[in-house]
Amino acid sequence: MTALLISLLFFGAGAIASLIFANRGRWPTMVGAGGVILGSLCGIVPATRVALGAPAQSLRVAWDVPYGSLYLRLDALAAFFLVPIFVICAVAALYGAEYLATYRGRKALAPPWFFLNVLAASMVTVVLAHNAVLFLMAWETMALSSFFLVTFENEKESTRQAGWIYLVASHIGAAFLLVLFVMLGKENGSLDFDRFTASSGAGTLFVLALVGFGAKAGFVPLHVWLPEAHPAAPSHVSAVMSAVMIKTGIYGLLRILTLLGPPRAWWGWALCAVGLTSGIAGVLLALAQHDLKRLLAYSSVENVGIIALGLGVGIIGLSAGAPFIAVAGFAGALLHVLNHALFKGLLFLDAGNVARGTHTRELDHLGGLLKSMPATGATFLVGAAAISGMPPLNGFVSEFLIYLASFKGAVSGDASSAVPMLAAISGLALIGGLAVVCFTQAFGIVFLGQPRTVHAGEAQEAGRAMLAAGFILAAGCVLVGLFGASVVRSMGPVIRGVTGLPSISVGDSLAQAADSVARVGCFGAGLTALAALIGGARAITLARRSVASAATWDCGYARPSPRMQYTASSFAQPVTETFSMLLRTRQSLHGPQGMFPEGAEFYSRTEDPYQSLIFRPLFRALSRAMATLRPFQQGKVQLYVLYIAATLLVLLLWEVA
Amino acid sequence: MPLILGALLAPLMQSAIIRTKSVMAGRVGPPLLQPYRDLWKLVRKGAVFSETSSWIFQMGPSVGLASIILAMTLIPFGGFAALSSFTGDFILVAYLMALGRFFTVAAALDTGSSFEGMGASREATFSAFAEPAFFLALAALARQTGQVSLGPALAAVSTATWMRAAPTLSLALAALSIIFLSENARIPVDDPATHLELTMIHEVMALDHSGPDLAMIEYGAALKMWLFGAIIVGLTAPWRAGNRWMDTAAALIGMLILGVGTGVIESSMARLRLIRVPQLLLVAIVLSALALAL
Repeated sequence: MTALLISLLFFGAGAIASLIFANRGRWPTMVGAGGVILGSLCGIVPATRVALGAPAQSLRVAWDVPYGSLYLRLDALAAFFLVPIFVICAVAALYGAEYLATYRGRKALAPPWFFLNVLAASMVTVVLAHNAVLFLMAWETMALSSFFLVTFENEKESTRQAGWIYLVASHIGAAFLLVLFVMLGKENGSLDFDRFTASSGAGTLFVLALVGFGAKAGFVPLHVWLPEAHPAAPSHVSAVMSAVMIKTGIYGLLRILTLLGPPRAWWGWALCAVGLTSGIAGVLLALAQHDLKRLLAYSSVENVGIIALGLGVGIIGLSAGAPFIAVAGFAGALLHVLNHALFKGLLFLDAGNVARGTHTRELDHLGGLLKSMPATGATFLVGAAAISGMPPLNGFVSEFLIYLASFKGAVSGDASSAVPMLAAISGLALIGGLAVVCFTQAFGIVFLGQPRTVHAGEAQEAGRAMLAAGFILAAGCVLVGLFGASVVRSMGPVIRGVTGLPSISVGDSLAQAADSVARVGCFGAGLTALAALIGGARAITLARRSVASAATWDCGYARPSPRMQYTASSFAQPVTETFSMLLRTRQSLHGPQGMFPEGAEFYSRTEDPYQSLIFRPLFRALSRAMATLRPFQQGKVQLYVLYIAATLLVLLLWEVA
Repeated sequence: MPLILGALLAPLMQSAIIRTKSVMAGRVGPPLLQPYRDLWKLVRKGAVFSETSSWIFQMGPSVGLASIILAMTLIPFGGFAALSSFTGDFILVAYLMALGRFFTVAAALDTGSSFEGMGASREATFSAFAEPAFFLALAALARQTGQVSLGPALAAVSTATWMRAAPTLSLALAALSIIFLSENARIPVDDPATHLELTMIHEVMALDHSGPDLAMIEYGAALKMWLFGAIIVGLTAPWRAGNRWMDTAAALIGMLILGVGTGVIESSMARLRLIRVPQLLLVAIVLSALALAL
């Protein structure tokens, strides 16, 4: 615990120092990034040890706030979420130090470093807090500090808009959490987490937690803030938010689940339904985007859906008394939390490199960047393959576990519990297939072929620190992919903490799952070796032959131009066409006209249907309703005095009557 | 053993299809060993690479071939068990093929050709729809046999299983057959013999590959067809003579029948309009869902 407190102190010191040295050139960057990195390095050791099974530690200090206490507790569940938080924060700070440097002289750099430190500290506190008041305060600090990070480029109208949407979504979620904790506290007479016990209204509490935490995690339809906030934020902030901050929503949901006693089967059904909707809607909307960071934001919705699906399968297994299904489901979901942190962090950092190198994020303005930005391209390929669940990498391991749990459930369970399992299997398969479309598109359109614009042609590779940050995360993707079995075996403590199953059955099930994962790891290594062997043989063969280069074959047309390449919208068209009912892609076409056509134009645009069909009408109606109250606000002091007097009179009459 | 058989005989299955089509069209057709000659010819050639392309283009065929070979090690054939078998192995099979697809699609986009982009986009989309059907069909098989592993599940299918659960198995079989045709780029989804780039799906992605790379792509396609064929034949030929050589001979005859059947389908129907293909794959999904419901 001491090390974690020191880590929090580093974050605090980094925050304050970056404000103190605000006007000293590079100083705020040095102390701000230094605070985050040192704090993370300091905290990662105890977090890893507890996640691997060291005894839980707690710290309790009395506090003047009513019902509050400074009660921090580091158990296996908290530790499991702390590890990616520390890793991603440190890597993002390393990246941000170079990324933000170009703003020097134009913008004050002290605020983003102050808020990044505060964000890191508040995420750590959210995960450690064992008292509802402390939790909510940290939760709110997390939302506010990330709001200020999102609105870093607040001179842009779109950024301010994105910030507002994020702020409103955060607070709607927080309102549900407030009700949740008040209900729990009222029943148990204390707001400390370990005093909360199973209560009669567990179902209501579960729904409140699902909505409240779901708004942070990005479950559909509460995801609408993600595609606004992630593109607006600086890239290292998008990485932190998408990789770990939204996962605090998953953490909160799991924490509440451990407090609510034995889960009911319908909770699992609900989570499966939420997971399938989020997964499929997320990947479809990702496919239809033209902005690289928006695409990645929607893909986060998809991956959070996969996590929810794993949790749902696990809960159904738990309530049916099938330990293997429960353990494999939860293990898959939790491992996907870690994996998504690694590859989504990586992809956002690489998207930042692209935006920095070409000054655009528009997919159809890019192309051919693999030649001018080789390192960014290679790491992006690793991230894209990993997020599509390709075998030697980490994404496959977690999806494999969820598949395994669902197949076991589908085979052994009776008809009623087999249905969600089969839905999970086919949903995961569809999501996986569409993710391949989405990420071959993202990688192919941005990095392969020829540059589509002058900007893309003049792309510049990112600097060393930015590349190093990407390499660290890419290495993580490869290592977890190859040594997935060891990771799965070491997840015993956190699975025990979440499921409450006896350690023998958790150990057995994990060992069983790890056996399969170990074979998958062998196949991954074998695949790498075999591909290298074939590639080597091919190179030797070709070395003795004539190898020429020529223009791309275009049916005999020998002068292809970059404008003739397939674009992102055309690549995604078969999918958007098939799902046009859901996506409502709008197209505008001005075809070539006349004998000597001057020009033609085609544009397609996919709005978020949840935004345009649910939230925008809802908020418009809300603001219209509020407008009826406006006559009361006249700005005349006399009138306000009258209101006060009238209120007093009414209260007086009430008291008398 | 299943791997060696597949590696040696896979191109022969393509010959069987071509010969059937020739006979039905009243032609003599190329010799049965022609695919081997073509491969040998390609391997001995040099290569021409597009100026646009990068190392992804050169890496694609090797990764594709490696992933399909590894997937083959998980497939049993006739009387022989798979080289490797573990719980959930068919998930790995499906994803290994997805890996091959990922790199083929990337390599196609690397050329910057709109034709290849078009093929890549169609291939990726149709495979995304085929994936749920494949998994559900295998789930039906797993539920009938109680085995979550390809080898044991296929081994557990016997005449008794067919007597007991004929509707389920035949529906799963129908779904797998649709996937067999679509994943291997056959009519009615794709026409391997077409000469118009605009109408191609799989072939158009290989337009710019030449020499040994093209040989690897062709050979990988033959192996992929063998792989799906082996699953289908393993499911439909449940007789176990007890002698593994006789079982293997029966499975080989099964593969021949499958090849001839594919040739008959190709000779007797036209390909679907592209917009209908997702509907065909949806039929496969519905069939396998029905197989599970029964």
